[in-house]
Amino acid sequence: MADQPTAFERFTQGILPENPVYRQLLGLCPVLAVTNSMQGAMTMAGAVLFVLFCANVIISLIRDLLKPHLRIVIFTLTIATFVTIVDRFLAAYMYQMSKSLGPYIPLIIVNCIIICRCEVCASKQSVITAASDAIGQSLGFALALASIASVREILGTGMFFGFRVLPEMWPDWVIMVLPPGAFLTFGLLLGLVNWVVALKKAKD
Amino acid sequence: MNTPEQTMPGNKGISNFFIFQAWLVLLLASFFGASLAGIQLTLSPKIEANKLNETLEKVPELILGAEAAQALSKENRLMDIDRQFIEAGNKIYSVFQAKTNGQTDGWVVKASGQGYADRIELLVGVDAKADTITGLFILDQKETPGLGNKIMEPAWRNQFNNRPTQQQMTAVKTKASAANEINAITGATISSKAVCDIVNQTLNNLRQPLTKADSNEQKPSDNQPNNHQEKK
Repeated sequence: MADQPTAFERFTQGILPENPVYRQLLGLCPVLAVTNSMQGAMTMAGAVLFVLFCANVIISLIRDLLKPHLRIVIFTLTIATFVTIVDRFLAAYMYQMSKSLGPYIPLIIVNCIIICRCEVCASKQSVITAASDAIGQSLGFALALASIASVREILGTGMFFGFRVLPEMWPDWVIMVLPPGAFLTFGLLLGLVNWVVALKKAKD
Repeated sequence: MNTPEQTMPGNKGISNFFIFQAWLVLLLASFFGASLAGIQLTLSPKIEANKLNETLEKVPELILGAEAAQALSKENRLMDIDRQFIEAGNKIYSVFQAKTNGQTDGWVVKASGQGYADRIELLVGVDAKADTITGLFILDQKETPGLGNKIMEPAWRNQFNNRPTQQQMTAVKTKASAANEINAITGATISSKAVCDIVNQTLNNLRQPLTKADSNEQKPSDNQPNNHQEKK
């Protein structure tokens, strides 16, 4: 498989050129649901990083044993195990965060970014490539969550990571922390990214 | 690459049976299962402690109501909270008895039952005689976001406040009018009914034990003024 991307290519592609959210439009459920505050968004990004990394490494280790018709079962089984670990860990050490994220942590099991990376990369490439792919994609995901969450939290509450950044007189745009704010912000940012990409292409 | 003929158990020997092809699935499942059991054993005391802390924090609000509980914490007064276990109806309930100056203010019971998605864990507050519901709080749930998880919202769970414990609560889809009717959440009738069922079952089991426990305790404290009232 000479035409497969190398570990370094996998890593860099995940961050911007193949950003899971802005370029592949995957995993949008948490993107819309947990981005009304930076703390929630970063906890979610950390959870996805852990699950994606562990799942990619395990799948890559057993990639020669996978049977085509049983591979999805094994992906799901592996992902579900690590998601449960994250869920229990948050409930034990970050109880309030685990309550505010609620079912979105267990829902990482059906986050298509992870199953997509297992299918595209980990089940075909070496452990090192799979691990750097996982880190790259997770950083891309974290970047996307952070961009949306910072817009929503700053405009919606005047705060950033729970600290006030806009003056007290800022009229909180409550709609930004509610679900419509997620769609508005995501749509505008996605349009911006597409516009920049189109400009770049036109230059080349 | 696997046509149905190739994967069907046929005349090509034992390795063609699905169960043998799935050896990796079975092996991984047992391995993952065992590690999850280990993690659960390690972390569950910590998680239980977190839940207990949250319960203890919620007890004043569930018995006195949100405003009185805030006033209480502002004045830095604490309720004495005793935890006990009461066995009723084949279940062991964790019961918190809140007292001020030796007088029972009320009880908070931890109960659980099957919801739409997963087990719902909740706290029911009742007054000292276990006649009236004074509060409801959802400790743990995994209901559908946006529909079933509205059971957590004060606007919905406060419907239970001041309801007599004698009657069976039902969730109705039309506007609730009778004393035992609760407005079901639109799109989440099963979650609403599940909460009602858990509350009903818990109160049916515990109404008598709690009333008895309270009247037993009244006797020794008879010499104290009985008209104790909560200052607001």
